[in-house]
Amino acid sequence: MNQPEDKSRRSFIGAAAVGVAGLGTIALAPGLHLVEVSQANPTSAPSQGASSKVRWGMLIDTTKCATGCDVCVKACATENGINETLKDARQGSQWIRKIDLKDPKADHMHSLPMMCQHCAEPPCVDVCPTGASFKRADGIVLVDRHTCIGCRYCMMACPYKARSFVHQPLTEQNPEVPRGLGCVESCTFCVHRVDKGMKPACVESCPEGALTFGDLNDKNSEIAQRIARESSTQVRADLKLNLGVRYQGI
Amino acid sequence: MRTEQDIRNTREHETLFYALTMLGGLVTVAGLAAALYMEHAGHVVTGMNNQVVWGLPHVFAIFLIVAASGVLNVASIGSVFGKVMYKARAPLSGMLALAMLAAGLAIIMLDLGRADRLIVAMTHFNPTSVFGWNVILYPGFFAIVGIYLWTLMDRQMNPYYKAAGFAAFIWRLLLTTGTGSIFGFLVARQAYNSAVLAPMFIILSFAWGLAVFMVVQWIMFSWNEVSLNPAIRTRMKNLLGTFIAAAFYFVMIYHLTNLYFAKQAAFEHFILVSGGIFPILFWGGYVILGTLIPLILIYHPGLSQQKGSICLAAELVLIGAICLLYVFIIGGQVFPLDMFPGMIVSSSFYDGLIDSYIPSTPEILLGLGGFGIAFTAITVGVRVFKFMPEDDVTALDSTGHMLD
Amino acid sequence: MALMKRALVGFAAVLLLAPGVSIAGAAKPVITIENPGECIAPAEEMRRNHMEMLKHQRDRTMRQGIRGEKASLNECINCHASKTTGSVTGKGGFCESCHTYAAVNLECWDCHQPKAGKKHAEAAGVKP
Repeated sequence: MNQPEDKSRRSFIGAAAVGVAGLGTIALAPGLHLVEVSQANPTSAPSQGASSKVRWGMLIDTTKCATGCDVCVKACATENGINETLKDARQGSQWIRKIDLKDPKADHMHSLPMMCQHCAEPPCVDVCPTGASFKRADGIVLVDRHTCIGCRYCMMACPYKARSFVHQPLTEQNPEVPRGLGCVESCTFCVHRVDKGMKPACVESCPEGALTFGDLNDKNSEIAQRIARESSTQVRADLKLNLGVRYQGI
Repeated sequence: MRTEQDIRNTREHETLFYALTMLGGLVTVAGLAAALYMEHAGHVVTGMNNQVVWGLPHVFAIFLIVAASGVLNVASIGSVFGKVMYKARAPLSGMLALAMLAAGLAIIMLDLGRADRLIVAMTHFNPTSVFGWNVILYPGFFAIVGIYLWTLMDRQMNPYYKAAGFAAFIWRLLLTTGTGSIFGFLVARQAYNSAVLAPMFIILSFAWGLAVFMVVQWIMFSWNEVSLNPAIRTRMKNLLGTFIAAAFYFVMIYHLTNLYFAKQAAFEHFILVSGGIFPILFWGGYVILGTLIPLILIYHPGLSQQKGSICLAAELVLIGAICLLYVFIIGGQVFPLDMFPGMIVSSSFYDGLIDSYIPSTPEILLGLGGFGIAFTAITVGVRVFKFMPEDDVTALDSTGHMLD
Repeated sequence: MALMKRALVGFAAVLLLAPGVSIAGAAKPVITIENPGECIAPAEEMRRNHMEMLKHQRDRTMRQGIRGEKASLNECINCHASKTTGSVTGKGGFCESCHTYAAVNLECWDCHQPKAGKKHAEAAGVKP
């Protein structure tokens, strides 16, 4: 297995790409960018792409997750340009949301972030008539908006209510996160960041460090070691969907 | 010799025909305009949201699609099961099926978030998706029923009508299985995910399809001032009664199996008792109006012989059908997903709450537009082609087909 | 022989005239190159094949996660956006002027951001 080597190479390329991109956008003077120089002759090779050796996952420690805190939700909205307001909030997109749980028999409350669980056997992918819902080789479940026809069958099929339908035209997208009217969308694990070797915005933003992101297949990763050592659960484990997101403390 | 009275009647009929066609056309145009508006402004102008993702257009569309496959049964009884009496009704049955399926599909297509990408739906195919199968099942239905109609109406093709009729019958069973399976395989929501849904939709289609047929037949006979032979009327009404009862049995089975599983009990309580509009529509709309009263109208010795009582029964069945689908589709979605069994759940995304759904004007117009398409197609169809069932009663009597 | 020659000349004339006639109705698009220099391929190739390049790149990035390829919609936008409007769309925009002329409808902007240098907002605690 040359996985560690593979990984370090990827993160090096990622870092190089970030460096080049950073250099490219340094403003020399208002309206004049170095970008022109670097654009025509990209110096870095394209990234390797998603590998089936990797399975991205997230471990959420709900004992650290504070009721009323929504830093991760805000970080997600900022990162992914979810900034529109709708008259009826039920029509608005929520890629990640905070759910408060209360056991009627117990006093204490749980709070946890809920988002696309990036199933290994995703029902949304099964039901999508055009194949727009798909799972990348590294386990990230995405919607290809180029072939999404907006039938919302995936939203009927998702057991986690993780998907949203864009109900109105959008204009203020983040250039790296295209999203638009009439298509279904959901958490991407910040795939544009992950491909550059970074972590999802929610993971980085959490002040309590309750979210751990990593490669479930890499035995040396923190997430894989903790899942092997500590107890964790999958939401609606009865469906046997083999989720990429695991919870602790519920 | 035509009398002056006849000529006047013909003229009145002519005017009425154009008026009806115009009305159907106007409703269709209103529906198309609504779809265009929804397409442009987005689904923000509808009552649908991220919890109730399918709304009134889908209720109407699924009604039309299920009834379309069911109405073809009339032809199948003639061609596949050899009941001569129904053979005279086969062309009308096939035409109704095509018109209603086209209308139902039009609604579904126009409600898509990206209706402009119809070509994507046709060229990208996911074999694990029930919707994907339907992309094959629906056009296939058009083709097979089209050929079937050809074999029925063209003397040269007539030798093949049995084969075509058999193919159409098998295909319509597959199609309704597909429609039921759209919901049957959904594990996420408690209302769906049941193996009984596919057969339930087939039985429902028998009842709804025959009801549509009988209403249209009644209107056509009245229009032409012909009366249906009492023996044929009795046979058709009894068949409708059987289908209504069988459909009711399946609906009961569906709810009883749900009640058996403790985890679905809360959902059943919502639909059958506490859910506001949904229990009202279920008990009042489907059970009383759509099942019990039609059964009384059909089987009561006195009432069943009243003029128009059977047509009224069929119309009530159709009202009950819309009520049942509304409860099934909307009621099934407003009920919250049960992600954390036994916990009290709350969130900014309305987890744990019963959602509300109020259809907006564009949605209602789009749904009605579908009915406009079906209505216009049927009105023009029965005028242009020879779809009127003609019963040779003496021949039926002498060959004993009236009794078989 | 003479007949054939005449026919050929006639045919050539039709070929030459036909586009002129059909185009006469619409004004030619004015294309402003904001950053003169070399594109990722010669202009002729770009004009003919940019859609194929973008489509293949789009599918590889979307489906396989391969990023940083030569063709990239965001890079097109960054280089070609108008310096006055900041966008490749709108009247006179690099993409729009040609596509309006050719009557080829662009769906890109339903989802993609057509403005260059749109600052990527950063949430607290999130490294860019």
